[in-house]
Amino acid sequence: MIPANFNYHKATTLKEAIALSQELGEEAKYMSGGHSLLPMMKLRFATPEHIIDISKINGLSYIKEEGDLLKIGALTTQSELEHNDLLKKSYPIFGDAVWLTADPSVRNFGTIGGNIAHGDAANDQPALMLALRATIIAEGVDGKKSISIDDFFHGFYMTALEFGDILTEIQIPKTKKNSGGAYHKVERKVGDYATAGVAVHVELDDDGICQEIGIGLTNVSAVPMRLERGEEILRGKKITDDLIEQLGVIASEDCEPESDLRGSEAYKRSIVNTITKRMLNKALERARK
Amino acid sequence: MFKCKTSPEVGGMGHSVKRKEDARFLHGKGKYTDDVKLPGMLHMVIVRSPYAYAKILSINKEKALAIDGVLAVITGEDLAQYNLHWMPTLLSDSQMVLPTDTVMHQSQEVCAVIATDRYIAVDGAEAVDVQYEPMKAIVNPFKALDEDAPLLRPDKEGQKDNHIYHWERGEREKTDAAIAAADVVVKERIHLPRIHVASIETCGVVASYDKDTEKMLIYLTSQAPHAIRTILALVAGHVGLSEEKIRIIAPDIGGGFGGKVPVYPGYVIAIAASFLIGKPVKWIEDRSENLVNGFARDYHMDCELAATKDGKIQAFKVSTLADHGYTDSSANPSKYPTGMFSICTGSYDYEHAFAELDAVYTNKAPGGVAYRCSFRVTEAVHAIERMVDKLAAEIGKDPAQLRFENFIKKEDFPYASPLGWSYDSGDYKQTLEKAMDMIGYADYKKEQAEKRAQGKLMGIGICTFTEVVGAGPSKDFDILGIKMFDSAEIRVHPTGKALARFGTKSQGQGHETTYAQILAEELGIPYTDIEIDEGDTDTAPYGLGTYASRSTPTAGAAAAIAARKLRDKGKKIAAHLLEVSEEDIEWEVGKYFVKGAPEKSKTIQDVAFAAYTNFPEGMEPGFEATHYYDPPNLTFPNGAYICVVEVEEETGAIDVKRFVAIDDCGNIINPMIVEGQIHGGLTQGIAPAMYEGIVYDDEGNVLNGTLMDYLVPTAVESPHWETGHTITPSPHHPLGAKGVAESPTVGAPPAIANAIIDALYPLGIKHLDIPITPDKVWDAIQVAKAKA
Amino acid sequence: MAKHKVTMTINGKSVTAEVDSRLLLVHFIRENLDMTGTHIGCDTSSCGACTILIDGKSVKSCTYLTVRADGADITTIEGIAVEGTNHPLQKAFHDQHGLHCGFCTPGMIMRSIDLLKTNPNPTEKEIRWGISGNLCRCTGYNNIVKSVQQAAAEMAKEKEASV
Repeated sequence: MIPANFNYHKATTLKEAIALSQELGEEAKYMSGGHSLLPMMKLRFATPEHIIDISKINGLSYIKEEGDLLKIGALTTQSELEHNDLLKKSYPIFGDAVWLTADPSVRNFGTIGGNIAHGDAANDQPALMLALRATIIAEGVDGKKSISIDDFFHGFYMTALEFGDILTEIQIPKTKKNSGGAYHKVERKVGDYATAGVAVHVELDDDGICQEIGIGLTNVSAVPMRLERGEEILRGKKITDDLIEQLGVIASEDCEPESDLRGSEAYKRSIVNTITKRMLNKALERARK
Repeated sequence: MFKCKTSPEVGGMGHSVKRKEDARFLHGKGKYTDDVKLPGMLHMVIVRSPYAYAKILSINKEKALAIDGVLAVITGEDLAQYNLHWMPTLLSDSQMVLPTDTVMHQSQEVCAVIATDRYIAVDGAEAVDVQYEPMKAIVNPFKALDEDAPLLRPDKEGQKDNHIYHWERGEREKTDAAIAAADVVVKERIHLPRIHVASIETCGVVASYDKDTEKMLIYLTSQAPHAIRTILALVAGHVGLSEEKIRIIAPDIGGGFGGKVPVYPGYVIAIAASFLIGKPVKWIEDRSENLVNGFARDYHMDCELAATKDGKIQAFKVSTLADHGYTDSSANPSKYPTGMFSICTGSYDYEHAFAELDAVYTNKAPGGVAYRCSFRVTEAVHAIERMVDKLAAEIGKDPAQLRFENFIKKEDFPYASPLGWSYDSGDYKQTLEKAMDMIGYADYKKEQAEKRAQGKLMGIGICTFTEVVGAGPSKDFDILGIKMFDSAEIRVHPTGKALARFGTKSQGQGHETTYAQILAEELGIPYTDIEIDEGDTDTAPYGLGTYASRSTPTAGAAAAIAARKLRDKGKKIAAHLLEVSEEDIEWEVGKYFVKGAPEKSKTIQDVAFAAYTNFPEGMEPGFEATHYYDPPNLTFPNGAYICVVEVEEETGAIDVKRFVAIDDCGNIINPMIVEGQIHGGLTQGIAPAMYEGIVYDDEGNVLNGTLMDYLVPTAVESPHWETGHTITPSPHHPLGAKGVAESPTVGAPPAIANAIIDALYPLGIKHLDIPITPDKVWDAIQVAKAKA
Repeated sequence: MAKHKVTMTINGKSVTAEVDSRLLLVHFIRENLDMTGTHIGCDTSSCGACTILIDGKSVKSCTYLTVRADGADITTIEGIAVEGTNHPLQKAFHDQHGLHCGFCTPGMIMRSIDLLKTNPNPTEKEIRWGISGNLCRCTGYNNIVKSVQQAAAEMAKEKEASV
């Protein structure tokens, strides 16, 4: 399997990359880690005329807390997420997800920005972003823009990124006291795309009342999906076992899986039910620590 | 237990010496087919059909030929000019090399692009414009014999429907009568799905024809280079490729498992291309080409097992439908269209058995590869071992106890099976007892009872299999008439070091070490002083190759006997050197000595030197021997495997907690290598049991033709295997050895399936076909609950 | 299509070449440099037979463009030990019978080098997960796990001795 011919261009700054995209036109594609795009090119599902390599752009690889935000540079690799002390300590949901994403060699080069910008509901990071209520920062011809994660995913491989835009940073509200998140996906074997995955992030007040909750689902809909109805029944409430059961049912009802090699629609709905409950429990456990 | 006769330095049988072949692989210096690079070498890429069944309306080469570097596009019409567009299969069927009018399965070869570079060849293949008229494919083998089914092979004279052949063994009437009269009969339709060997190295060839010498040099991923040379000469003799002009070199092979026995159309096209162009041509399959071509298994088996009410087995009947794809290209011995399927009566002693099989054509890839299995033994063992467990569950008897009560007894060997085999040896009771001890069977039974009381799903699965390997005796076994012997040729050099060559070909089994150990055992020459060479048809003696666990039973035996011939010659030389008569010379490993005067001795090295420098008058000089071994019988390795699983009812998730494998392969040449082979085969057993299976949609499209969806287990899915052995030597093999490396692939799937089904039994689930995946378990649980 | 000039260090030696944009790194190494220890097994970055190190990190070279390796420090199986000697992982795979056909072995070893760098003392589970992007069809993984364990112990000893 060999990609069709294309022209390679290396950008070392954001400006240069954006200018290149304008110059080369719509047949140009950005490549960061290349672990989503290049396999598609090898299968000739994607045949871009130009590749603009953005992986060498300096200053887009970082994980830091600033003000009220956790900021992750788009070129931060999955391995860097996996081994980062701040994330391990305060945002363990990343560890849950990255550990299950592809395999260590792919994680060495696959980036968080690429995982999100690819717009694939089978990728793991979109569900996390939904649960964590991330804001996507992008830069394009008209300068910087920030996009709420709820406005980011438009369709199969389609996002709010416009022609020339580069996803540069992910901003996530800094973790608060009494908050916690968790992610799990059922996979047929290690490194597989999810049969179904669920990310939950919950914030409690001192009385254990749910102040905020985010639930994102992986690979059970055409577009990465927020479980809105589920969030609503929990927000402002003390989360009881009964509510957790209800949440599971809602999750199984609202997700939109299709039968395929990963299992029947009914099976996937049931899995979503189960994992949603388990991840809420795990998130609560972490929040209460 | 086996007692070593040699020192670790000599490294004869029973020593876990480290492998001699490792160094080159560890340093990246292995030489596989894709590593071969010849001057002027061209690259070939195959255009394949997107349809399962279609007429080819046109093939337009123009755009491809316009690409700089594309030299040729070879079609079926081109090959038809040389009558090379079809080739015979080993079982008297025929297979297209390239089609002239119709494609019969998705991804079938349509034409081939030859270019100066791999990348350009791929571009050329993309640029070939093929127009098809798709037709309704037959995908379900049960519908292949419907009256309105299209006739898939009108090209075959006399072919009226899609039925290929009927085969049967045993006594139908008596078996039916015994089943009718029995207290208990359990029935099940068991499907073993299509799977693929998925060796990490795909198949490939570098063909290099020299127009001046008329020699065709072929580097080939082949487990059987000699047989392939003969087949090529038979197929292409009419264009001038005669056998002495063909040299096949099977270089290092990145896993074979049976998948590198057949002749694939791609090989023939590349060879034809090199012949026509006069330059070397390389073709290496990509992974998708590999996965969707050639398959193993695909038997639908209707089984009936009859017994008395207390569980004494009386009769077994199995009627099978085999899906062969569009041609029967099974790589089987000629007289065995269903391979050794008739081993299906298992490790149990009863009188009546009947097995029959009907094979049909469908619009799927041909194959019938004996995937790490001595020709359909996996199917046979799965059938009997599932049914024995089903019987045990039906009558409420512990499945271990049921097996003990039905085993063929140690003293009953050689045992004549109801379907005609003569089992050589075994001690099934001891082997199962050892497995039960090792895993702690009684404790798990207790734990299971407790867990069931709590509503938890835990299962214990047993498989006590008997294999039949080492094909085979010349009276029954041949491939295209060539008897299935194998060979060894030993040359001991004047300095006492040796070179030995074999008709087999290692694909990771460690022949360079184990064959040297056999010779060390027989001659006392340290294994490190013996070079082993295989795979080059110009230098190695003729042999049928490595598959069906036959290397040790055939070539290993040939090595022992050739060595004994040398020892006999050496005895004469020793007598000459020690100035005594031959009758006064005795042998102990590595040296000859004078009876009653052990201080008067000559080492094997002394004798080897003398064979070239100081041999008795009238003796033929040199110290070489060759033997072609025709085995008197097959060998019957066996084992007892026990698996413990837990299943989560809510999700169907399956957790393999323990797996113990006790194997009996007779005397062991190298315990380290045997254990390694068992480990590997066990992972290839859990693979079809829980993960792998080629999936087709209703149009005949393969849905999982990449390693992203064809789920080869990683180190995470593969459990920590626990292994052990018992030793019951083969009475007829010169070393008392049996084949071994296929036992785990055969024995593991039923053990795992039995464990999972045992776990689900309280819910009323009595059978599931493999692969048993969590979603399949979950679906079955819902059905069971709805019924209950 | 314009060619690109790339310069990289491979196994300690500087290499400069003109390559097409689409040339996969695995082909550059195998075909252009004639180092065939790095293998191709699947084309979809599923099997890991093509694993090498780029700047010390394991990567599947079938899913990496050669042009992107401009300026990189690359290590392949041919470069992990001085000729005639063994890296502790090479020795361990030999000692523990961690290879059969040898086809996955270079990738498995390259991956294990990175694994032991980030986790010098891994548990069995961590090893199994750590090599989960590398398929072996022959060994059943038991002995690969043991090989990595042996190498980890030896490398720890070496490290202690060098302090």
